[in-house]
Amino acid sequence: MMTLWNRQILAIMRIDLAKTFFAKRGLWIYLLALSPAVPMLLHSLLDRHEGNSDFGQDVQIFAGIFQFFYLRIAIFFGCVGIFMNLFRGEMVDKSLHYYLLAPVRREVILVGKFLSGLVASVTIFCGSVLVQWCSLFCHHPASLLNSYMFTGPGASHLVSYLVAAACACVGYGSVFLAAGVLFRNPLIPAAVILLWESADGILPALLKKISVIYWLKSICPISIPSPKGNNSILNLLIFDVDPAPARVAILNLMLLAGFVVVWAAIRARRIEIGYGSE
Amino acid sequence: MDAIILDNVSKFYGEVLGVNKVTLSIPPGITSLVGPNGSGKTTLMNLIAGLLQPTRGGISVCGLSPSDPEHFFRTLGYATQYDGFPRGLTGWEFVRNYLRLFGFSPKDTERMAWESIDRVGLREASQRKIAGFSKGMRQRIKLAQAIAHRPKVLVLDEPLNGLDPLARAETIALFRELGNEGSHVLISSHILHEVDLISDQVIMMSQGYVVAEGQIRGVRDEISEQPMQVLIRCDKPDVLASQLFHHSQVVEAKVHADRGGLLVRTHHAESFYKLLNRIALDGVRIESVAPADDDAQSIYEYLIGSEESTK
Ligand SMILES: Nc1ncnc2c1ncn2[C@@H]1O[C@H](COP(=O)(O)OP(=O)(O)OP(=O)(O)O)[C@@H](O)[C@H]1O
Ligand SMILES: [Mg+2]
Repeated sequence: MMTLWNRQILAIMRIDLAKTFFAKRGLWIYLLALSPAVPMLLHSLLDRHEGNSDFGQDVQIFAGIFQFFYLRIAIFFGCVGIFMNLFRGEMVDKSLHYYLLAPVRREVILVGKFLSGLVASVTIFCGSVLVQWCSLFCHHPASLLNSYMFTGPGASHLVSYLVAAACACVGYGSVFLAAGVLFRNPLIPAAVILLWESADGILPALLKKISVIYWLKSICPISIPSPKGNNSILNLLIFDVDPAPARVAILNLMLLAGFVVVWAAIRARRIEIGYGSE
Repeated sequence: MDAIILDNVSKFYGEVLGVNKVTLSIPPGITSLVGPNGSGKTTLMNLIAGLLQPTRGGISVCGLSPSDPEHFFRTLGYATQYDGFPRGLTGWEFVRNYLRLFGFSPKDTERMAWESIDRVGLREASQRKIAGFSKGMRQRIKLAQAIAHRPKVLVLDEPLNGLDPLARAETIALFRELGNEGSHVLISSHILHEVDLISDQVIMMSQGYVVAEGQIRGVRDEISEQPMQVLIRCDKPDVLASQLFHHSQVVEAKVHADRGGLLVRTHHAESFYKLLNRIALDGVRIESVAPADDDAQSIYEYLIGSEESTK
């Protein structure tokens, strides 16, 4: 049984990965993922030109862009694009029934599709973290980089960012996969989730824990120093008063994602084909 | 165990009726499902294949249910009416990719994919992208995809739509072959004469209801209280007509414009034929007598066409 499911999941991934990676309509996801690298590279070039290099400032810049833009905007919308399309995109193309007519359990289809989405999103978004890292830090002298990376906290920071990006794909991916299964028009649930995740800063402690961003922020290696004027909206978005330990955060995020995927798998049994009457 | 069984099945799309109170037991062989647009053919097929769940009633295919997909979909193949394909694939990739889900070895998968593509005559074309296929080619590659795993039950929604006469003849021959191999082949169409010759039985639908079912002749008998038409070629049609009118079985007799024949409507075919034999002895030379509507087309027009025209 397991070997059949493994083969089927592999077959699904071969079908869906090609679609996710090479689809023309997915081009914007690559652009979105790489978009932070552009200002970082410019900043780098500018610094080199002017001959000033404040390493500490660059570390802060990376942390800020990562938490404020990359996690909340880039990966969020990238996952909307990738994971919601796993089911909705096939509804639009009128090709979902080929899966539903194969001797594959709906749960297996769902897991196969989820894994395809994960491979694609993790590759794209973790890859982009590396590109951004290089763009921002490349202009510093090699000796400084070396000591930051290998004797300082650099390597562990980088790993934390990669883990956070991957966890973001797992968390948001599961949520948008489920939304794609449950809703005819997934843009409305996407907007609701966006609001929920942005309101994270003002949610009470318990509710916070059922948002994805709360756990992601806890994985990030450095917290952004809060600017003056503690009640600014920006503050609410970035700053967190009570982060969880990274390990706990990863574990909780996996549990959250697992719960959402199982729920979606149960609901997937009820999917009916109605592309609109022909 | 060998049949497709629907037990009082209804499907509503919200308020809209898809099919209503359908009870059928479809034996192996070629069965055609006929009805005008919107009569519920696709709905019924989607229900049989588990793409829709019935609002009420139960369905089983050879004793299996779609809730057990790992067995059910090895038995059933379904080429839908939807003209949709996954993006960016060639015909061959399309058939092979979905065949992989069955868990055959890679070698068997390749072989079976080629075999089914050969059966629909698309070997060369299958190397090109489906996006560039004609309607007829898309119909045939869908058929190849549906038969690739050699299902015992084959459900085909308007499979002849968009095929040119040659492809149509080839495809019909393929259905015959599949039917002779002992499979169930369920074919839908709204043009009856294209399927009535190859069908072992017909199911006629109108506005969500099954209105007639059985062998074509049986279907005719089912409505035997309705007049039947007989076409008679003879040398003196007006004489014959006047003689026939004396008999109560004859409802109507129309002389052909070429004055070489007569179209008679009668209530009771058997006694009418006996009557005709007697009259023929009285000097009218009858060349041929044939039921004008013993093919499904006329039954269909009769059952569904007339309803349509009174709407
Ligand atoms: N997804 C849907 N949502 C709402 N109503 C639907 C849907 N699909 C079909 N219907 C309705 O159900 C009825 C039966 O439609 P169905 O598609 O089964 O007919 P059909 O016989 O296949 O027609 P055609 O010859 O046009 O393919 C129609 O009234 C149709 O409008
Ligand atoms: Mg139809």
